[in-house]
Amino acid sequence: MTTTPERTRVQPPPSAVETVTLASERDRRPGRVPRWVLKTISPIALIVLWQVLSSVGVLDTDTLASPVTVAETAAGMWQDGSLQSAVLTSVLRVLAGLAFGIVAAVVLATLAGLFRRGEDIIDAPMQMLRTVPVIGLIPLLIIWFGIGETPKIVLVGLAVTFPLYINLYSGIRNTDSTLIEASETLGLGWFGQVRHVILPSAMPQFLTGLRYALGTAWLALVFGETINATSGIGYEMNKAREFFATDVIIVCLVLYAILGLVADMIVRGLERGLLSWRPAFSGQ
Amino acid sequence: MATGVQRTVSDQRTVDAVSVRGLTRRFGDRAVISDLDLDIEPGQFVALLGASGCGKSTLLRILADLDKDVSGEVTVARRRAVGFQAPRLMPWKKVWHNVVLGLPGKPDRDRAVAALTEVGLAHRVDVWPKVLSGGEAQRAALARALVREPDLLLLDEPFSALDALTRITARGLVDELWQRHGCAVLLVTHDVEEALALADRVLVMQDGRIGYDAPVDLDRPRDVTDPEFQRLRAELLARLGVH
Ligand SMILES: Nc1ncnc2c1ncn2[C@@H]1O[C@H](COP(=O)(O)OP(=O)(O)OP(=O)(O)O)[C@@H](O)[C@H]1O
Ligand SMILES: [Mg+2]
Repeated sequence: MTTTPERTRVQPPPSAVETVTLASERDRRPGRVPRWVLKTISPIALIVLWQVLSSVGVLDTDTLASPVTVAETAAGMWQDGSLQSAVLTSVLRVLAGLAFGIVAAVVLATLAGLFRRGEDIIDAPMQMLRTVPVIGLIPLLIIWFGIGETPKIVLVGLAVTFPLYINLYSGIRNTDSTLIEASETLGLGWFGQVRHVILPSAMPQFLTGLRYALGTAWLALVFGETINATSGIGYEMNKAREFFATDVIIVCLVLYAILGLVADMIVRGLERGLLSWRPAFSGQ
Repeated sequence: MATGVQRTVSDQRTVDAVSVRGLTRRFGDRAVISDLDLDIEPGQFVALLGASGCGKSTLLRILADLDKDVSGEVTVARRRAVGFQAPRLMPWKKVWHNVVLGLPGKPDRDRAVAALTEVGLAHRVDVWPKVLSGGEAQRAALARALVREPDLLLLDEPFSALDALTRITARGLVDELWQRHGCAVLLVTHDVEEALALADRVLVMQDGRIGYDAPVDLDRPRDVTDPEFQRLRAELLARLGVH
């Protein structure tokens, strides 16, 4: 670079600088619309629109029952107890499948994640099997386990095992090696390293897997229950189909949605409780 | 594993904290450390300098027993502690829990608090590591090292990521802690002034061995303006190839 003794300015100094306001009193002004209000506005608007379309007659009641009819049906099902018993049956199936799936995934992923030998024996078949759509196994499950509770629980268990396994395994394998090294210098033995370093570091991904697994669990249950069942939400839905009872079908769909939401909330709660150490971005 | 490894751990305090004979470490064909000898007396503060990539961290990792693929004879104090360039705290453990992690028995909170107080972190006992500043995290790592009451403390550029002012404060803290605990220290650093401010002895690593080894006979606390300090500084810089 060459410098001339007298530096000349190419441009005159700006007389004013363009600014942005990053913080001001205005931002802290009370009375802004709370977030939960904003979040509920659009779903409510959708339901109102649906009711209006039904009342005006644009939506035929045989095609889709109106929100008011759906609410009345739900109240009726609550009163005769069929709603509660269907929900209970379905929830128990998911819980049983979930329990089996979590145990299987944790055992398999821990063995594959921690031991070379375990990886060789377990990981390859798991990676192969996970490409099989679980729903496609229903015919086989019926042949093997009949049409009782077992095939439904096994179906949910399988649907849960794979996403959990994949996430926990990769969580274990992605443990920061510098932390393992540090723990070695602190005198932690193998067991201590697994307990204090490897498993905690895999926890975020395990919970991501759990959230995903819950989603697939409900999906598997819907399939399992609609194809053959004598109780549960899916059974009610299937029965309603024969009578063109769209109101009952909608009630069942809403139930599935609510149960899915509740499951999601539980995992979020777990994440809040177990991962508060994490410097995570939580949006604006 | 390499051949001819002899690794002993010293029991008595009377023998040296570090005693290395004919140490060689190869990465592929290249010997990063070749036939290196080194002794460090108990309680001695030694600074290790050398050009980037000359093998300082490699030597430190061998002394920390993190790198076992060596040939030669290496004897080190049984009770060792290591401080790395990054604090390497477990993010999922509260600061106090990090400090006593790996100690035998139940996690002893009082002991952690005492160690954290020593490094000026008494108010940070119960927080997650994520909220610590860089300097605070490094001090917590120092507390974690010292709570083990080591006879040998190995530090690999522990302050190089800190700003100049924090580094000077941290340097004072290490000096103070060393005087109190009396452990031998091997400090890897790129900062000649830091080495001369802290160490009893400075080493320069060259061609895979200790190429320069000189005592620092200056009164403590060290005075940067002391002509002898300046002379040593110039000599060291010359040794490091900076003129
Ligand atoms: N695991 C490894 N595999 C191959 N080469 C390595 C490995 N670890 C270190 N080396 C090489 O050994 C040499 C010495 O590395 P080392 O980290 O000890 O240097 P250093 O003196 O600490 O350098 P710096 O001052 O930059 O930290 C480097 O050339 C490096 O590339
Ligand atoms: Mg280094």
